[in-house]
Amino acid sequence: MRPITHHISPELLAAWVSGNLPMPFAAVVACHVALCEDCHAASLAVQFLGGALLEELPPAPLATGALERALVALDAPWTPPPLRRAAGIFPAPLMDLLDGRPPRWKTLGGGIRQQILLSEKEGSLRLLYIPAGRKVPQHSHKGMELTLVLQGSFSDSEGAFGVGDVEDADGAVDHQPHAGPGEACICLAATDAPLRFSALLPRLLQPLFRI
Amino acid sequence: MSVQECPPTAPTAPACPPPQAAGLLSRVEPSTVSQALYSETTRWLLAVRDQRDRDAFANLFNHYAPRLTAMLLKGGLRDGRAEDLVQEIMLAVWHKAGQFDPERAEASGWIYRIARNRHIDLMRRRSLPNEELVEEALGSEADAFQILALEQEQTALRAALKSLAPDQQQMLQKAFFEELPHSEISLATGVPLGTIKSRIRLGLAKIRRDLSYLRQP
Repeated sequence: MRPITHHISPELLAAWVSGNLPMPFAAVVACHVALCEDCHAASLAVQFLGGALLEELPPAPLATGALERALVALDAPWTPPPLRRAAGIFPAPLMDLLDGRPPRWKTLGGGIRQQILLSEKEGSLRLLYIPAGRKVPQHSHKGMELTLVLQGSFSDSEGAFGVGDVEDADGAVDHQPHAGPGEACICLAATDAPLRFSALLPRLLQPLFRI
Repeated sequence: MSVQECPPTAPTAPACPPPQAAGLLSRVEPSTVSQALYSETTRWLLAVRDQRDRDAFANLFNHYAPRLTAMLLKGGLRDGRAEDLVQEIMLAVWHKAGQFDPERAEASGWIYRIARNRHIDLMRRRSLPNEELVEEALGSEADAFQILALEQEQTALRAALKSLAPDQQQMLQKAFFEELPHSEISLATGVPLGTIKSRIRLGLAKIRRDLSYLRQP
């Protein structure tokens, strides 16, 4: 497999570890980190920082009997949460969001398919399937878009993106992702504002995309 | 730090290699060496992981529960809820100890991450895709040199942290303990997204130089 060349920025990694990312973006970062040793290591460095800050905090008093309460609780029955494993091209955090099932695609026309995984006020998360060689309608964003390639590749004005690569596009980017030849491009994309399609006809499709 | 804690009268105690072993680290049983090199809190967590040691758990609780309470109170949880969440976090520490890998984390960072994710889950009433549950290939065998090098980096990081100006420290504490995800803050306060992002970034840029060497392979 080709090496990952487009990574998560240090700022975004720090925001993720410290719990400052909206859920759709946290999901994309978690999936990239599951695929990328560099970013995994970098996120663990930020985690060290979180631990160091925790150590520095002045201890707050506990209620009396707090330790005894905790020790008693150790013996209560415990059901471990299901352990999600990566399945094929889908990293474990994504399988968590898919509840361990394969994607349930909805056709959007032009061979493009998607599944919306999260749609909330803080942004949306979706899986996209773009047939090899197909262009997604040209669009720009009001907010930020974070896209992780899981299969195949795409290219746009910002460069070429292969498996494991992340494109971190802000509102300034006006792009037309073009799926590479060979395999269909499957990616996971978080957006924090509805995409604005540049051409008139695709704009009519926007309610359909719900992105 | 752990070597200093070895009682001089017990040079053959399994957790305490004699000082002259320093040059022979690679010939010593790896787990023996690692145990002695790790920080005290990490050794407690390893005792919980490997021996289900309740005394070690009590030590962890006595050390971290008051700090976790302080963290959650900073994060806006009122006393009763903070207390309950600390109980839940420490119980998770006991049950998830099997996933703790001292080559990738030390106790305080690992516990911080569990606590922060639990706190966010509570606010959102929905769990983040849980990286704690992600099954990963374990790293290579514990290597004394790497453990020492990482411990040194952590010491340097703690020193860098202490040398920050008080307002920079407060800003970091805010980012790591308090702030809600960006969009929730902007809904609550009307502060545009860019402002909060840039505040976090400014503080992190100051420590990035100190952190960047942790990214080196």
